[in-house]
Amino acid sequence: MNRYILSVLVENRSGVLSKVSGLFSRRGYNIDSLTVGVTENLDVSRITIVVSGDEAIIEQINKQLNKLVDVIKIVQLSMDEAIYREIALIKIRIGKNRTNIIEVVNVFRASIIEMTRDIAIIEITGTEDKISNFIEIISPYGIKEMVRTGLTALEKGNKSI
Amino acid sequence: MKVAKAVVQCLTSENVEIIFGYPGAAVAPIYEEISNSNIKHVLVRHEQAAAHCASGYARATGKTGVCIVTSGPGATNVITGIATAYMDSIPMVIISGQVNTTLIGKDAFQEADITGSTNSYIKHNYLIKDEKQIGRVFKEAFYIAATGRPGPVLIDIPMDIQELDIDFSYPEEVNIRGYKPKAIGHKLQIMRIVEKIKESKKPIICVGGGVSLSGATEEFREFVIKSNIPVVHTLMGKDCLSNDDYHYIGLIGSHGFSYANRALSHSDVVILIGTRLGDRTVGGQSLLDKTEIIHIDIDPAEIGKNFNAVLPVVGDAKDILKQLNEDIDPLDTKAWIDEILTYKINEIAPKAKEGYINAKAAIKLLSEKLEEDSIILTDVGQNQIWTARYFKIRDKMKFLTVGGLGTMGYGLPAAIGAKLGAPAKRVVLFVGDGGFQMSLSELGTLKQCNIPIIIVLLNNNCLGMVREIQASKYNNPFGIDLSSNPDFVKLAEAYGIKSRRVDKESELEEAFSEAISCETAFLLELVVDPEEGTLK
Repeated sequence: MNRYILSVLVENRSGVLSKVSGLFSRRGYNIDSLTVGVTENLDVSRITIVVSGDEAIIEQINKQLNKLVDVIKIVQLSMDEAIYREIALIKIRIGKNRTNIIEVVNVFRASIIEMTRDIAIIEITGTEDKISNFIEIISPYGIKEMVRTGLTALEKGNKSI
Repeated sequence: MKVAKAVVQCLTSENVEIIFGYPGAAVAPIYEEISNSNIKHVLVRHEQAAAHCASGYARATGKTGVCIVTSGPGATNVITGIATAYMDSIPMVIISGQVNTTLIGKDAFQEADITGSTNSYIKHNYLIKDEKQIGRVFKEAFYIAATGRPGPVLIDIPMDIQELDIDFSYPEEVNIRGYKPKAIGHKLQIMRIVEKIKESKKPIICVGGGVSLSGATEEFREFVIKSNIPVVHTLMGKDCLSNDDYHYIGLIGSHGFSYANRALSHSDVVILIGTRLGDRTVGGQSLLDKTEIIHIDIDPAEIGKNFNAVLPVVGDAKDILKQLNEDIDPLDTKAWIDEILTYKINEIAPKAKEGYINAKAAIKLLSEKLEEDSIILTDVGQNQIWTARYFKIRDKMKFLTVGGLGTMGYGLPAAIGAKLGAPAKRVVLFVGDGGFQMSLSELGTLKQCNIPIIIVLLNNNCLGMVREIQASKYNNPFGIDLSSNPDFVKLAEAYGIKSRRVDKESELEEAFSEAISCETAFLLELVVDPEEGTLK
């Protein structure tokens, strides 16, 4: 099983996201992550989907997505020709580790958004690997709550979808 | 202009002549406008039948079938009909009423999220939130339903929106950036097909429902004659070629003929036209293991979905067949067809037990008596497979069955729709006692609209096909007994429909003559042995 990243341009209308996500569950495809947001064009949303599967599955996903009337365009991004980013927000217990936590945050170029006597909320942006790595190192201090956005991506260079 | 009136104008602009429906509060404004129009409304007795009627109508006419239902249960009842049409790629537009915009999401009376709940078995759907979009949406809906791989499209219209006033004109053009179906087959790929066929020694054509859907029966028959290649077919492709044609081999699949399956598996090149080869058709890839596959289909997603083809080409069967017909040369297939003929075992028509009619023989007999442009329909189950195997389609006969979803209860409403679409043609339905009772209430529609069709009810007082599956697998048929069936002749009489029950083979000829000469609807009940098998 490989991981693939699809950038999908869709009509910015209500119900479209459920058509796209419903297709995945109905046909038994696995979504690792799905992010959606507006683009430079207000009529168009961009969905970034990370899926696992083999070549045949990814080809079917492409074709089935293309059948949806609200899907305008699909581009399969390759790992080395695109920029990938994910955001994580992490609420962590401070305890006696204030200095250690700040140190790790600085090493990873993450930032502390909010801090009280007991907790800190950390924001980190980067590749999935970087974030996973950060979480691994920070988790012994006691993660109280965490959320990751899933990948979003853009092709490098002059090309556009 | 009121939106409700605009809706009817959209329908008239699309040349809609008949609408099948069931009214309710949420579509009352549209009904009011339909009553002032030239569109004929056919009141069904259950919303599911509205979609099946529209399906039969679409398949008999080649036009898009249209139906209308109210919100909530009206909409949820039509879902099975939509899913049925989706699986068989039938062009259909469904209008549903919705609760007032302000009540959506509040669990209002007769509210159902019909766009949400149809997503997985519909080509496209719309919930109208902006009254000004009504023209665009209808234009798009009819375009999407009928082009590319056809399918059902639903338009959900809240009741308050139907009452709003708008400036209305029906758009002339349609431009959907996410929907550009490809009709023209790739020239180069078609040349490769011609070359591939030329090199083959044992080519075979496997035709599916796509050829009828694209209106390409003539082009298909020309291709068969020009190429001289034998033809097997799927359940949906039975009427693409006259069943007495020299090239006609027969039905393939789990319920097809073993000689047809054998012909397919012994071929060296198979040309699939308008078929996705569902699981019941080839049972995985085993039948196709030794053959090279050429796949012609309008839906790119069907290429490589169920099997891999060496030569796929995406496009409308009509266009691709036209292109093929320009370049194809006849092959010498005599030895190959002779070989296939040796696979055929002469079937001896089994004698029915005393008090029963042999369904297979009866179907065959009736097929010889009907006009050569008759429309034949089936329901689902043994009646369907018996008809698919033993009815001899001749000349311009149409064979309309429900393939993908296998929806019991399809037959009667679909036959009603077919007859309304093609009133000059003979329409005959083969149905079992199980499926008949699923749509029994449509006898009311039949009577009210005075629709002269022949219903051949193959009554074995049980769910025959399920019985067979259970008997062979568990040796314990259970939950399939219908021995408390009503007296169907009396039932027909109660509806004012002529009928006759036959349990002696000696009366069959005369009973058929009576049904054929009857100018109104006729229910012919044939008493069938519950032990009579589907295949043997």
